[in-house]
Formats: sequence, C-alpha cells, structure tokens
Amino acid sequence: MKRLVWFVVAPAAALMVLTAQDAKLYVQEGRRPALAIPDLRGDAQAQPFMGAFNDTLWSDVQGSGYFKMVPKTMYPKANPQQASEWRQPQPAVQPPPGRKRTAEPSPPQNGGGLWLTDWSSAPVSADHIAFGYTAVQNGVLVLYGWLYDLGRGSQTIGARYLASTVDQAGARQIAHQFAADIIAQFGGKSLFGTHIYFTSNRTGHKEIWGMDPDGGNQRQITNFRDLSIQPAASPDGGKIAFTSWVHTNPAIFVFSVEPVRDLRFYNQRASVNSSPSFTPDGKQIVYSSSAPSDRCCRIFVANLDGSGLRPISSAGFIDTEPKINPKTGNQIAFVSGRSGPQQVYRMNMDGSDVERLTPGEGEASNPSWHPGGQIIAYAWTRGYATGNFNIFTMDVASRAYTQLTHSEGRNENPSWAPDGAHLAFMSTRSGPHQIWTMLADGTQARQLTTQGSNETPVWSK
Amino acid sequence: MIQEEMFMFSSRKIVIVWATMILMVFAVGCKKKIPTPPPPPPPVVEAPPAPPPPPAAPVIAQFAADPASIQRGQSSTLSWQVTGAATNVSINQGIGTVQNTGNQRVLPNDSTTYTLTVTGPGGNATRSATVTVTAPPPPPPPPPPPPKPTIEQRLFSDVRDAFFDYDKSDLRADARDALTTGANALKAILADFPNATIVIEGHCDERGSAEYNLGLGDRRSSSAKDLLVQLGVPADKLKTISYGKERPQCTESDESCWQKNRRVHFTPAQ
Repeated sequence: MKRLVWFVVAPAAALMVLTAQDAKLYVQEGRRPALAIPDLRGDAQAQPFMGAFNDTLWSDVQGSGYFKMVPKTMYPKANPQQASEWRQPQPAVQPPPGRKRTAEPSPPQNGGGLWLTDWSSAPVSADHIAFGYTAVQNGVLVLYGWLYDLGRGSQTIGARYLASTVDQAGARQIAHQFAADIIAQFGGKSLFGTHIYFTSNRTGHKEIWGMDPDGGNQRQITNFRDLSIQPAASPDGGKIAFTSWVHTNPAIFVFSVEPVRDLRFYNQRASVNSSPSFTPDGKQIVYSSSAPSDRCCRIFVANLDGSGLRPISSAGFIDTEPKINPKTGNQIAFVSGRSGPQQVYRMNMDGSDVERLTPGEGEASNPSWHPGGQIIAYAWTRGYATGNFNIFTMDVASRAYTQLTHSEGRNENPSWAPDGAHLAFMSTRSGPHQIWTMLADGTQARQLTTQGSNETPVWSK
Repeated sequence: MIQEEMFMFSSRKIVIVWATMILMVFAVGCKKKIPTPPPPPPPVVEAPPAPPPPPAAPVIAQFAADPASIQRGQSSTLSWQVTGAATNVSINQGIGTVQNTGNQRVLPNDSTTYTLTVTGPGGNATRSATVTVTAPPPPPPPPPPPPKPTIEQRLFSDVRDAFFDYDKSDLRADARDALTTGANALKAILADFPNATIVIEGHCDERGSAEYNLGLGDRRSSSAKDLLVQLGVPADKLKTISYGKERPQCTESDESCWQKNRRVHFTPAQ
C-alpha cells in the first residue's frame, strides 16, 4: 500500500527511476535541468530550412521529457553562434582614488547574451544552453552544434553534423541527431528513427499505417480496402503482424515493413485468429484463436509462418491480447473474461500459474510491457463508467498502479516507446479517435494524427 | 460498080422490111379470131353443217368482302354472284365449294385474300377479295410478375437480428424468439437458394476493448448458430464471423445505439 501511494503521489519520480539507471549526468529526482535553445540561424543557402530545423530540435528535446525548456521569450537579444563567441564579464574596475566617479562609464551589467551568466541568471535561469549554426559547405548542409553546462562553464557537446540532403528533410535529420546527442548526455535515448504503427480509416477502410514518433512521414502499409487492425511490431522493428478480414474471417498476417511484403502466415482453420504479438526473440507469434471449437478464444503460439502452433491457455473463456515479457520472455500478460468483465492476467509460457493482475474492478485491457519487463501500461475503467478507459501503469510484482490520464475523453491502447519513458496511446480528448504520445508520468501529451479515425498505436524500434 | 451494088442492096432491103411488116399485120389478125378453151370449173365442195353456238363462259358478277377492313376479332362477310354456266364454285382459305350466289361470314385473324374460283364448260374465272385485319389497340400490359426476391432481401425481411446484453453471449428470451422464427425462414430461404451459405455476423457495442469484443462477437454468433442447428437448420449452411465492434450500425454513445450494435445479423456468404 505504501508503494501504491508513492506511485500515485509521485508519478514524475517514477519516470526518473525508470530511466535514470544509465544516466551519464546525474539528474535530481523530480527536478529536470532547465535548457535554453535559442533559434539557430543558417547561411543564405541554409536559412530557408531553419524553421523546420528549430521546430524539430525543440520538439525532440522537449518531447524527451528530460528537460524543463526555458521559453524563448525570456532569452537575451543575442546569443553565441559558436563557442568562441562567449565573452567573459569584465572585472569590476576599482576607480583610482582622486578621480571623479562620474567620468567613468559604469561597467556593463550583462553581456547582451554573450556571457554565460546572461543565461544562468534570472530571468532565464537555465542550467544548460544549446546553440550553433548551419551552412551549406561544398553542397552539403552542415550543422555546428554546441551544448554548454552553464553551472560549470564547460562545453558538453561541440560537434559537426552532416545532412544527406540540402532541404527540409536534411535539416530535420541533423536536428534529430543533435537532439539525440543532447538527450543522451542526460541518460536518455532519442526516439529519432523509431516508428509507430497504427490503424487508420482515413482512406475509407481501416488499414495499417506507419509514422515517425513525432507524427511525421505518415505512410500507408496495407492496401486491402477491407478491415485490418491490431498491428504489432517485431522486436527488431523489421516486421509487423496484424489482423485482417480480407480473407473473410479475421486472420493474422505477418508483413516485412521495408519493403512492405506479405510473409505469409498460415492461419489454422478457425472463426477467429487475431491479436498477434511477437516473442522477444522475434521467432514466434502469440495470438488469440477460436480453434478448434469456434468459440473464442485461447492463447496460441506459433512460428512466424504459422507452423508449429500449440495452445497455451485453456479453453472456455475469451483470452486475448497476449503480450510476452520482453525482458524475461517467460511470462505472458493477457486479457481474459474468465472471471467476469475483462481483466488483465499473467501466466507462464506453458499456461501455468494464471494470476489476475488487475483487481477485478471495472474493465481492464490493452496490456503493454515496459522494456524493463517490470511494469505494464494498460487501459482501465476504474472510477469511470463502463467503456470509459484511462491509461494506467502497474508494477507487476507489487500490483501498485498509477493513473496517467484523467477524464480527458477515452484513452486506450497504450504502447511503450523503446526509450521506456514515453507512451503512445489512443485518445478521444480532441474528438475523434487519434494517436497521442505522452511521457510516462502523463505529461507532455501530444497529438500525432488528425486525419480520419486512428487507433491501436504500437511503438516499434 | 460499087454504086450499083449499093443501090441494088438498098432496094432489096426495103422490100423485105415492108414484107415483114405486112406479114406481121396479117399474123396478128389471125390470133383473135381463134380463142383458147376455158379451164374446167372447180370441183364442187359440200359445205359443212353450221357449228352450234359455243357455250357462254361463267362470269363472276360480284365477289367482295364487306367490310373490307376489320379489327382483329371482328367479322367480315364475303358475298358473291356467279352467272353463266358453272360446274363448280369454290373459295379457298378453307371455305370450299359454295353456291353460285351466296355470302359467308369470315373471321380472319390476319389480313387474308379470298379467291373465288369458278369452273364451267365455257371457261374458268377467278376473282379475289381481301379482308384487311388491323390489330386492335393493345390492352394494358398485364402487371409484371413480382421479381423474385434476392437472398439479401429475403434475409432482410424474414430473419430478424437477435440482440444481447452487455458483455454477454447467451441468448435472451427475445433473441430465442427471433432465432426460432428465423430458423424456419432460413430453412425456406435455403430451400430456394440451395447453393447459398448464410453468414451469422456477431457484433458488439463500442465499449470494451476491440480485441475482447472480437471474441465476444464470435461467441454471440456461435450461440445463435447452435440454436439454429438445434432447430434444424443445416450446420454446413451456416458460417460465423465476428466483427467485434468494427462494423457498428450506429455510433452514438448511448444505450439505444449500444443495444442496436449488440446483435447477430444474417447475410449471404460471398
């Protein structure tokens, strides 16, 4: 009970515990370093892309959740564009005796942005500053970027980044890389390069889509023009599995994502084969099937082509959404109606030791394992009307839970990001079903999709 | 000497010419006086007896149809009059031999030409009369036979959805009633469409997770199938598909819409 209270009271602290284990710089629990990032400028050729660059850099660094971002409105008028532009405050000159004080100009009180203290003192009060500039050199878009620790007065990063193209995409690329380096200095892992797969009906049919973790580059993966839902991603990020009605009854498909190709999963004859997810070694699929009775559903495991299948859970109930602990690979979280309304359960890989994780109150579903294998995120109606889910996390060992969303529409389908600090989820808080991301403490909610109805995000490497 | 001779010749020649001329005059006078005998008269031929007057050819004095134009279904009357010697008077088109004078009611279905043929010792005669038949205005077309209802229409009109309680797949009393009526209708439909397979779709309301509802919809369609098979609908003609909460028929977040979506629904298999 003590632990539960601790989770409810201090969600932000929980985030830091989750992620600070391999931090290079020590981050005080509950206090995030204040970071200032004045807009970078480019030379004549690079400047047209700097809007995209600055937006991307800011959103990546802010979205990491590691920093308290100092608003740009509080910055001095100028800022250094390279480390050599920092100026030392002039020492206060003692007026020689006998001279009139009024003749001496009073020493400047600030460096106009070129003193470290201009940034470390009020009103900016930053702990760190990132700055730099871009230019097109020999036809290549180059970023010179620095990170300074204002407290220590020392340089943390001074690096050069080369874009592969001279355009907005190239500008975003080097912004992502610079942001990743900044976040890494504080023990974080940039989500740049990860993917979110989800279901969207924006074409008129529910299809599987993919996008970048900031909502960029949204692209259609399937084109069945039927009903395709429930994507899952392989641990290496190279494959997805999902459920589609394209062959009449719901059946499982396994696709490679680059290039998009049907890898041919053999479905056993059953009225329902659905809700697939990968084992942590990426070699098998666990899923929910109504075989052999056509009375849904038991948990099954099979090879990636559908061969070698065997049931794990016993028959007689609706068992679905199997998710294997990514760290240990030896336990499955799943959803079952065996005790009444749907609840989250766990069992061993052989189906033994079935335990209910959620207390039985309301309905609980959509378990998603944290990469560390100790915590699940899930959707729960606790405290709300039937069907009104919110996102919770639970420490599986202690069953202590934390509520992350509160009364802002329905919130379902949480999926942990590879960094273990973020969650993607579906929310109706802005109206229709849309994909959002947030920090694992429930802050920094950000909407990634706007077109059509979008749901069931899965955050992949 | 020559002269003399000449002279002498001349005088002798004149004498000859004169003599000849006289002789010729005499000669002519001799012929007229003695005529040649006339030829004998032709032999007397005995005249044949006068032939009897030939018999008169029969005459068709009249052959006509009145009226000459009728609408289908009406009748016309043929009338004729034959004079002269006739051994046979007949009209074709199935009428046959008739009196020399008469009339005959005819009911031709289509325009028909009647030919009156008269034979007699004095010759033959024919004459035609045509009855033109016009079609009457068509009657209003008979009402088209009702089109055979499609299997979709039959299922829609004859087999009601069965409804369920929240998070339940067992059959309520009203669902049993609907399915009991539906079983008979399904049997009749399957008799009319022997190659058809019927899909029992299981649906759920929007509450609860999509994955769980997929299982719930499956169980609802299986429950319905079990009862229908129990009531005699062949199991191999029934197929279950769960759509979970993916194909709602309404989207409002209230109990009225939720109840509409907690159902099994019948469609023909593709």
